[in-house]
Amino acid sequence: MIVPFGHVLLVAGIIFALGVFCAVVRRNLIMIVLGIEIMLNAASIVFVGAALRWNNLDGQTFVLFILAVAATEVSVGLAIIVYAFRRTGSFDPSNFNLLR
Amino acid sequence: MISAVVIGATAIAITRRNMVHAVVYLIVSYFGTAMLFYLFGAPLLAALEIIIYAGAIMVLFLFVVMMIKVESPEEVMFPLSQWLPAAVFGLIYLAAAVVMIVETPGMEVSLRMLTATPGQFALYVFEHHWFSIEVISILLLLALIGALCLGIGKGARCEGGRADSVSTPPEAASAAAEEEI
Repeated sequence: MIVPFGHVLLVAGIIFALGVFCAVVRRNLIMIVLGIEIMLNAASIVFVGAALRWNNLDGQTFVLFILAVAATEVSVGLAIIVYAFRRTGSFDPSNFNLLR
Repeated sequence: MISAVVIGATAIAITRRNMVHAVVYLIVSYFGTAMLFYLFGAPLLAALEIIIYAGAIMVLFLFVVMMIKVESPEEVMFPLSQWLPAAVFGLIYLAAAVVMIVETPGMEVSLRMLTATPGQFALYVFEHHWFSIEVISILLLLALIGALCLGIGKGARCEGGRADSVSTPPEAASAAAEEEI
């Protein structure tokens, strides 16, 4: 395979930027969590590419941890979102302005 | 080529109004990422990416989207004066990142074809990072308990059950990795 390492970084950077855009611009809690998932995905692409670049399996190990953390974050985050939706009846983050 | 598919699918996904369409496009994106992992010599991670991301996480998103009836809210953009400075700073950071990637030496090193078989990978993980694996498993257990606690409140038990049934695959996956030793 003749892929320079810079291209991997570039692709992952673009995907990360898309994730940031999604998390910042969309005003919908589910889309915000989706954006965070996209960012984690970009990070794992860089980890795998770097593991191949330096011949070190630590990168792939970290991708394993990223997968576990992403699953954790999504399950708890979606439970919180459903709970918040039951309380306020909307997905807009600006409606969640009560501390109780 | 595959990266073009990944980027395109992600770009389509984040701009959909309909959340179901967004989730389905994101599944395409994750399949592309899994192929990328396979090309980078990580077949086990490619399989895990499909099982956990495209299988479990996206199905969880679909469950939540379908459980709550979507009223398709009109998404209003922020006012121009609010997002213009943010966009300018973001563009500056993007340009800096591109320059950094291009200017850094050693970026032209082409990646060799090298594959870590699942056995080698599992041996490495459990020799060097066994403690982190334990910490991750405790984290998953805590997430399960937390999702259950959130779901049980007010007699709404269903989403807790869904969350924990979906958050178990990583544990099963690490158990499978354990068996491969």
